[in-house]
Amino acid sequence: MDLRFTEQEDAFRAECRAWLEANVPHGLPSGDTHEGFALHLDWERALFDARFAVVSWPEEFGGRDATPMEWLIFEEEYYRAGGPQRVTQNGIFLLAPTVFDYGTPDQRARILPRMARGDDLWCQGWSEPGAGSDLAGIQSKAARDEAAGGWRLTGQKTWTTRGAFCTHLFGLFRSDPAAERHRGLTYFLVPLDAEGMTVRGFGRLDGDEGFAEVFLDDVFVADDAVLGEVDQGWSVAMATTSVERGLTLRSPGRFLAASDRLVDLYRDAAHVADAADPTLRDAVVRAYIDAEAYRWQTFLTVTRMTDGDNVGSESSMTKIFWSELDVRIHEAALGILGPNAELGDNPWMKGYQFALSGPIYAGTNEIQRNVIAERVLGLPRR
Amino acid sequence: MRFAFTDDQLAFRDAVRDLLANECPPAVVRAAWDNADGRSGAVWGALAEMGVLGAGAPEDQGGLGFTLLDLVLITEETGYAALPEPFVEHAVVAVPALPDASAAAAGQQLLTAALGGAPFVPYVASADLLLTEEDDVLVVVSRVGLQIEPESSVDGSRRLGWVEWDAAEPVGDAVALAAAFDRGALGTAAQLIGLSRRMLDLTVDYVKEREQFGVPIGSFQAVKHHLADARIALEFARPLVYRAAWSSAAGDPEASVHVSMAKALASDAATLAAQKALQCHGAMGYSFEYDLHLYMKRAWALAASWGDAAWHRARVGRAIL
Repeated sequence: MDLRFTEQEDAFRAECRAWLEANVPHGLPSGDTHEGFALHLDWERALFDARFAVVSWPEEFGGRDATPMEWLIFEEEYYRAGGPQRVTQNGIFLLAPTVFDYGTPDQRARILPRMARGDDLWCQGWSEPGAGSDLAGIQSKAARDEAAGGWRLTGQKTWTTRGAFCTHLFGLFRSDPAAERHRGLTYFLVPLDAEGMTVRGFGRLDGDEGFAEVFLDDVFVADDAVLGEVDQGWSVAMATTSVERGLTLRSPGRFLAASDRLVDLYRDAAHVADAADPTLRDAVVRAYIDAEAYRWQTFLTVTRMTDGDNVGSESSMTKIFWSELDVRIHEAALGILGPNAELGDNPWMKGYQFALSGPIYAGTNEIQRNVIAERVLGLPRR
Repeated sequence: MRFAFTDDQLAFRDAVRDLLANECPPAVVRAAWDNADGRSGAVWGALAEMGVLGAGAPEDQGGLGFTLLDLVLITEETGYAALPEPFVEHAVVAVPALPDASAAAAGQQLLTAALGGAPFVPYVASADLLLTEEDDVLVVVSRVGLQIEPESSVDGSRRLGWVEWDAAEPVGDAVALAAAFDRGALGTAAQLIGLSRRMLDLTVDYVKEREQFGVPIGSFQAVKHHLADARIALEFARPLVYRAAWSSAAGDPEASVHVSMAKALASDAATLAAQKALQCHGAMGYSFEYDLHLYMKRAWALAASWGDAAWHRARVGRAIL
């Protein structure tokens, strides 16, 4: 065990820090609005040009071949510098690992560099009106069109994050009408401007148009739109969701930065009588310790992964921990703000509303607790 | 950055784990509630023979020159077994503090410790030497110099005593005193991690077997979610304990804060595990004849000693706020 960073890791951190401090834009409008999204894309392209968009990817696809530890360091520095949300996250963090694992060489070459540059913007097409936590209830269909050499997709996807601003969708469709549940699904990659595709954005809790419904009416896609094997979409998709639940979507850096901002908020407000309340002080300390716990649990996990351990279902614990920590961080901040918490321009209230989505998206925390009980503790399914 | 134990550290952990699994089953813990000294009998000698008791002493005193990092996994296993002994006080706190620990390493002397304003001392009536504090320095008091008033604990095996003494011998300055206290807090945190694991293991086994409504109660979501919460608390407390052990061994200037983060989360994780374990056991867990309470009561006692969670969070708060 050596908990010091190596010289190479320190040098990488220094390079990240210097560039991010000089280049991170401040005060961008929300990336979940039309105007904001365009400005965020400019930032994503600046990241790509400096080779910071996808540091963990191989160089040939626009990355730096960074180790998992270096990727964590980049994330810490990104959020420490106040870097904005990554509007490309669903592509680079959720789809890309699956393309690396299951894509053909042609798919990798076609998809990954354009994704890294922000030329193609990917949204996730898992959920449907009747398939949320019960994802295996997917009804959208893929019908074989042998004459045209492809598939015809019909159905509806919903709760699609930033769907109204993206160019492509990755999703699951039922390719074997006789199969049930998680069998007979296929993973498709679909351009949103294809004929028969309708995308309708709608508002989230915080008022931003961050959600979309996607309607597919006999949308044709060629065979090269299939990721992995036909009818094997469930296992291909599970590889993605396990990545999503775990580290990549929300690494510790984001919460270390948030807990640091909370500490600053408390210090600045310490003269206010309400903020001197020992329960608020305790809530700040708890948030700080929990963010540290997530950081060190991640270093332990990444070391295990580097040694070849399969962490699999344990990522469900990570997802619950960061999502519920995020809520606690924001609750503490609102407590410190007292009556000012309700003010319209208060970023902590905006953040609180977003934090409340954490226990819902990427598999609700109720489902994650089932996964922990069944696959980590070994309790019976029914 | 490499956050993993060495093969040697894991092998030593496994040897201690096996020994305690064989020699310190629940019956030994239960027997300690009723015997004269609250102790484990032959187990202590077996640990001395294995070199565990003096591992923190230098090799020329019969020890193994172990750092806190080398000791942390072993200490966790003594928690898992609920070893009824002042293991942390003896092996983790006092042995590395004594000018000559050879008799303690050989198991010929029993050491205990009370630092950080602790009002009473575990197993003091059995101890040959007490490591404690006086005027901000670390001192030892021999058994003949102690006046002891026995006190009871919620954990019937933990024999406590209020103590007074006339003459004490200085063995370390204020820095050594602070380091010894931190070793006690971290060793106790490691035992709380072990206790959390034990209570979770017991409960997982129970809810797989126990049937109601014609199915194992472990198939019900309400039960699953209790145990998932206990498992999550353990998952995120444990790395902070190992990290604090590394910081202490490496002489990190922030080590005290790291120890406090570890003890705070370990205390909370064990308290939560105890409550969830009891709830999932139902009335069975509430029975004195069933073993769960042995581990719960140890967890409560240790969560409260060497600084409870609130005390350690306050120490973190002074460092960061």
